[in-house]
Amino acid sequence: MTLADHLPILPVAIPALAAPFALLVMRRRRALGINISLVSCLAMLVSAIALVARVSDGTILAYELGNWPAPFGIVLVADRLAAMMLVLAATLALIALLHAVVTRADRKGWHFHPLFQFQMMGLNGAFLTGDLFNLFVFFEVLLIASYGLMLHGQGPARLKAGVQYVVVNLVGSSLFLIALGLLYALTGTLNMADMGLRVAALAPEDQGLLRIAALLLVSVFALKAAVAPLHLWLVRTYAVSTPAVAALFAIMTKVGVYSLIRVVPQVFGDGAGAAAWVPAPYLLPAAMVSTAIGFAGVFVARSLSEQAAYLVIGSTGTLLIAVAGWQTATLGAALYYLVHSTIAAAALFLVADVVARRRGGFADNASPAPDFADRSAVGLMFMLAAIAATGLPPLSGFIGKLMILKSVTALPDWGWAWGVILVTTLFGIIGFARVGSTLFWKRALSGEATAPAATRADLVAPAIALALLAALSAGAGWASAYANAAAAQVLDPALSARAVLGEVAQ
Amino acid sequence: MTYEFLVASAIGVLVAGGIFLALRARTFQVALGLTLLSYAVNLFLFASGRLVLNRPPIWDKAVTEYTDPLPQALVLTAIVITFGMTAFVVILALRSFLESGSDHVDGDTVTGDAQDGLASDDTHGERP
Repeated sequence: MTLADHLPILPVAIPALAAPFALLVMRRRRALGINISLVSCLAMLVSAIALVARVSDGTILAYELGNWPAPFGIVLVADRLAAMMLVLAATLALIALLHAVVTRADRKGWHFHPLFQFQMMGLNGAFLTGDLFNLFVFFEVLLIASYGLMLHGQGPARLKAGVQYVVVNLVGSSLFLIALGLLYALTGTLNMADMGLRVAALAPEDQGLLRIAALLLVSVFALKAAVAPLHLWLVRTYAVSTPAVAALFAIMTKVGVYSLIRVVPQVFGDGAGAAAWVPAPYLLPAAMVSTAIGFAGVFVARSLSEQAAYLVIGSTGTLLIAVAGWQTATLGAALYYLVHSTIAAAALFLVADVVARRRGGFADNASPAPDFADRSAVGLMFMLAAIAATGLPPLSGFIGKLMILKSVTALPDWGWAWGVILVTTLFGIIGFARVGSTLFWKRALSGEATAPAATRADLVAPAIALALLAALSAGAGWASAYANAAAAQVLDPALSARAVLGEVAQ
Repeated sequence: MTYEFLVASAIGVLVAGGIFLALRARTFQVALGLTLLSYAVNLFLFASGRLVLNRPPIWDKAVTEYTDPLPQALVLTAIVITFGMTAFVVILALRSFLESGSDHVDGDTVTGDAQDGLASDDTHGERP
């Protein structure tokens, strides 16, 4: 086994090592701790890109931890989808971390950097694992770290929202464990590929239990993805979090979406009897409702960060409308839009922070304030972020929504999907226009003079995010080809079963 | 009454109590509810390897019949995680109470009052 064969473990191992090191050196040498954190994120990005290069020809890397053979030991699986999510997570982490360091948000508490690294470890692990219980463990790792990050900076508002966030997720974890217990009792395995094969061979009297287990598991993922009616925890949590943290959290709902995309075709696919495509009848209406709720929230939100939080719900809903088709074309469009919507939401959270930092006591509330520094530059950034978020040309949101609209025409209910997506887009545009014109065009005649911006360095991170969106738009051909290939790979569970379990199982 | 019925009804009662408490308005009750829920989940996971009596989970020369060791390992992981989480939730609830002066889960409007600990005025806690 050469060093290159260990590539799939790197995205988990790097932050796992960086976190304790950062923790150890943080007290005495803060700069060194920050550097460890940044270098770790860079290393994650490099290893993720290397993984993309390895798997882009269609190979599926199965990495057996401790060299235990597949159905018995835990296995990491790197395919196109996993590698893509790793690159997205590492990119987002770099942007968020850069913003936190530049704005000194990481100095409001001692443990920002170690928690940030543990968060990345949980995210990367959840994207890579091929074992359901291991997925639960990585979910917990990322949740524990996210509790810490969400409370970073403290204050009564954060603590209040934190209690709700933690309680909701603890209940979600309990449901996850119940679903896992049922599935293990039925199939005797926790390996996703193996479970997919065994589910097909279940006796008729077990079908009812299987259906319950499948629905429970899907509900847990829907809770993580903040799909209506399980979305109520999100807005308050994200809107009060430190903006750099909220930007990173933009990928947290996508972990739920990713788990749905990973688990449903693999375990509850065509051969699963009563549980075949079990979320299908519920997912499309739920996704439409969350799109509507999300963009209605954007329409009425009172501050920019609240708007960004509602956008996360709305864009996840839009994305799930496409996912609910479970076809290569719709899933490919969904994956492209997933990358776009994650970065766009992060960009909006960062712009909200940039605005809030310049307006003093007015923060990012949608109310006119006295003139503030860099009004036009920040306004331009807001406009670009809003264009990306609502899906107007020329940024990648337009291409993503266009691809979703085009691909869903193959579905029976496509008229509803079109109506919901187009109407919510209009509401989103009006909502952003309203807040933007209040923030950047109206001036309050009286009121305290706002503090001049000490530095313009905080414009860098959101600018990078927006540049990435432009790049995603320019490279849309390549990106959507990759997304379609990833979707085709995910929808053919036999491929990964062969990679994980070997030819014998077939 | 069979062993299976006993375990199943115990899990059911724990879940029912857990859900009832988790839906209450105050953080302490919610934390207790989450604890009950996690006990139920642990028992349930344990039972997912089938209920058998007097069989070892690990290899032994003298025995031919085993119980499934994997659920026990899973339960151990789940216990560790939920224990840590419960401790965190208790501390978080306490900090939140101390900073905002209210132990209500959605305590934006409800202010805590000094008699809460003395009088058995629990109906106050039910108001949204």
